[in-house]
Amino acid sequence: MGKIKMTANIIRQEMIGTDIFSMIIEAKEIAVQARPGQFVDLYSADGSKLLPRPISLCEIDREAGTLRLVYRIAGKGTLEFSKLTSDHTIDVLGPLGNGFNLEDGKAILIGGGIGIPPMLQLAKELNCEKSIVLGYRDEEFLSDEFKPYGEVYKSSDNGTIGVKGTVMDAIKEYGIEGTHIYACGPTPMLRAIQQYALENGIRAQLSLEERMACGVGACLACVCKSKEVDHHSNVNNKRVCKDGPVFYAEEVEL
Amino acid sequence: MNTKVNIAGVELKNPITVASGTFGSGMEYDEFVDLNLLGAVTTKGVANIPWPGNPTPRIAETYGGMMNAIGLQNPGIDTFIERDIPFLKTKDTKIIVNVCGKSTEDYLEVVERLADTDIDLMEINVSCPNVKEGGIAFGQDPKALYDITKAIKAKAKQPIIMKLSPNVTDITEMARAAEAAGTDALSLINTLTGMKIDVNRRTFAVANKTAGVSGPAIKPIAVRMVYQVANAVKLPIIGMGGVMTAEDALEFIMAGASAVAVGTANFHNPYATVEIIKGIEDYMIKNNVADINELIGCVK
Repeated sequence: MGKIKMTANIIRQEMIGTDIFSMIIEAKEIAVQARPGQFVDLYSADGSKLLPRPISLCEIDREAGTLRLVYRIAGKGTLEFSKLTSDHTIDVLGPLGNGFNLEDGKAILIGGGIGIPPMLQLAKELNCEKSIVLGYRDEEFLSDEFKPYGEVYKSSDNGTIGVKGTVMDAIKEYGIEGTHIYACGPTPMLRAIQQYALENGIRAQLSLEERMACGVGACLACVCKSKEVDHHSNVNNKRVCKDGPVFYAEEVEL
Repeated sequence: MNTKVNIAGVELKNPITVASGTFGSGMEYDEFVDLNLLGAVTTKGVANIPWPGNPTPRIAETYGGMMNAIGLQNPGIDTFIERDIPFLKTKDTKIIVNVCGKSTEDYLEVVERLADTDIDLMEINVSCPNVKEGGIAFGQDPKALYDITKAIKAKAKQPIIMKLSPNVTDITEMARAAEAAGTDALSLINTLTGMKIDVNRRTFAVANKTAGVSGPAIKPIAVRMVYQVANAVKLPIIGMGGVMTAEDALEFIMAGASAVAVGTANFHNPYATVEIIKGIEDYMIKNNVADINELIGCVK
């Protein structure tokens, strides 16, 4: 099988934080082949909004054939999605991107903001000792669901949740150590993690975000700067949607 | 029922191709659509050497469309000949290679490298609004367009299609210049130069500041221009601009296009091309059209 665009039934949707929604969709053909760190494209039903919205996979239930998508309202498209209920369907394309490589070692999973959801499926599938670091602005979500899979540490911009500061502050404060980092979040966070990982010889996989159109590697909209010449265009631009969204720290310039 | 159309002596099994830049060289869409069903695949623009393209963000959504300033990122003609053409040759479809350059010499180098390859047509991109040199500079001045068309035509082994920009006062003037210089066909329209401002970040939505607008929002402009050009020159036309459905494609055909390219629609629906081909066939059956050629330019 491969990537497929299909109309999915919405099983249920709930708000789990301010502007943050958790949607479960029935998409068996996508779910059975999906891996942690991959994403899907969701399409608006409104013909004035043509481009799909890339949304990470929070949970994959291959037996039930369902996907859980946790996203934040970022504009009119995601606002429309947030209003859908189990009476609706949604068009979805996936699975997209490469996802995380699951490696042996002592893992540190780091999620920042709306980069937290994809770490949940990873936490479930990664079969090794895990520390989980979650960074928030000022409102906690999803953290309880990580507890079965490892020790959970938190940070927040204003200090109301865990350590005051960034995920890097939490890692230093709690003395969290590991041999492998898996991270998803805003670019400044990923940049700090990249520097930390490279300086300390920690193998790090970073999940990047960029504005996308096709989602399949054709349009060349969502490129990131790569250290090596890329195989597609012979320049230094890897495609986030197709070559990523997960890259090793040494592969990309953030 | 005949769906075959002819572009400068090249027979397409049906009038549907893709708009350059929206489909790569077809590899990324191979798992969604049977490329053998397409009339032709039009490739992403290729230059003499690799181009890195523009900074990100390179795209933004607009009402009923999008805007892009990719900046013609491409692997250069060497990789293209080694990798992309052999891939397309495994498919039973015609190959239209989009050629871009910064100078006349750049274009000629690519055209000469393609001379010995087994491709069917070359589409010359003199209308990209997103690169600082070349591109649109050749497509907004009739004299410059005449000169580059003449220079390319003198070297080209395959028939050439000059791709026209809508960012001109009178597109028929450009079409006539390209015709006088001997082009074999025309394609139109490239994207319309636009701008979007992100009011929250108080900056341009696309890093290049300006970007080319595409999608159904621009379709009426494109249909009008195809109609004007079809009535101004005697060349076959590949029409494009916001084609989402078979009905959209038929509009272009009736306005005078011999073939139609599907662009932005591929991002909305990766199966768009084959659904449009099927829709055209359904229209022909329903309306007793024996030959698609009866419809080309049928609206006067």
